[in-house]
Amino acid sequence: MNEAAPSTLNTKVGQAPGWRGMVADWSSDQQAFKNVSWGKAMMWVFLLSDTFIFGTFLISYMTVRMSTTVPWPNPSEVFALEIAGHHLPLILIAIMTFVLISSSGTMAMAVNFGYRRDRRKTAILMLLTALLGAAFVGMQAFEWSKLIAEGVRPWGNPWGAEQFGSSFFMITGFHGTHVTIGVIFLIIIARKVWRGDFDDGRRGFFTSRKGRYEVVEITGLYWHFVDLVWVFIFALFYLW
Amino acid sequence: MAQAAAHTDTQQHPIRLYLVVWLWLFILSACSYLVDYFGLVGYLRWSLILLFMMLKAGLIVAVFMHMAWERLALTYAILVPPLVLMVFVGIMVLESNYTLFSRLAFFVAGS
Repeated sequence: MNEAAPSTLNTKVGQAPGWRGMVADWSSDQQAFKNVSWGKAMMWVFLLSDTFIFGTFLISYMTVRMSTTVPWPNPSEVFALEIAGHHLPLILIAIMTFVLISSSGTMAMAVNFGYRRDRRKTAILMLLTALLGAAFVGMQAFEWSKLIAEGVRPWGNPWGAEQFGSSFFMITGFHGTHVTIGVIFLIIIARKVWRGDFDDGRRGFFTSRKGRYEVVEITGLYWHFVDLVWVFIFALFYLW
Repeated sequence: MAQAAAHTDTQQHPIRLYLVVWLWLFILSACSYLVDYFGLVGYLRWSLILLFMMLKAGLIVAVFMHMAWERLALTYAILVPPLVLMVFVGIMVLESNYTLFSRLAFFVAGS
């Protein structure tokens, strides 16, 4: 990739400030996103498309919730747990939120150390991120089993509107799938970092190209997006 | 290392910045959990939930995803299109109100 990189990508492109600069970028020849590599730009475009997928899920949830005549189950009670004799509303979801935010924090630091070429710290922080992600998926599996045992199905539940189950399984299921894919992605990249692939120019197994530390940031973008989606799910599904 | 030079602007941030943002995300999450814990209701609940949600989302996108340091061409290309989802929300609110009205007017009476 290095030898094929167009020179415009690397030279400091003059940056007119504000709106004028943006119009200049967009109307320029060949490349609208100056100083942004194709990998990063494509990850952003993918995340944009994913935004629309989760957006439509949340909007369909809003629609069924607003239009049903049957009372919606109270998420605060549905997701409550008894811990050491205390009845805590929504506690598992709160813990999951903190775990995911922590994983975002470790990921942000991994990206930082990646750009400082600190192989060891980058790999350790990425693996820690993956571990927190796996913990999140584990808690989600627990939550799903608990609700299924209590009789929640996509077509009905003991507490109220039937659409609760279908919205819940669809939205959290899709999000959990994203987290799982992210964990796998993190482990693969962490292994490459640890082995020093980006320092000694080892070619990738699949693409036969040399990788760069930037892939750590691209993985990070995906991971932060997963956290971002959870912010919206937490607010709109669990707290509303 | 021309590639590295292209990204010098993203490696300058001290770790402290990420720790501060992390702390704020914790505080905001705790606040939104407390909204539920104390059982706030009505417009107060909704506005607080949405406020904390937007603040958290903004911090993640701006700092963790480095959007604050990207060129405007990319920032606008990514952040403007999701705004049309707001139009979609508006359309579906009208639609749900109509569906709810129809159900209440024609179907609920017998059940």
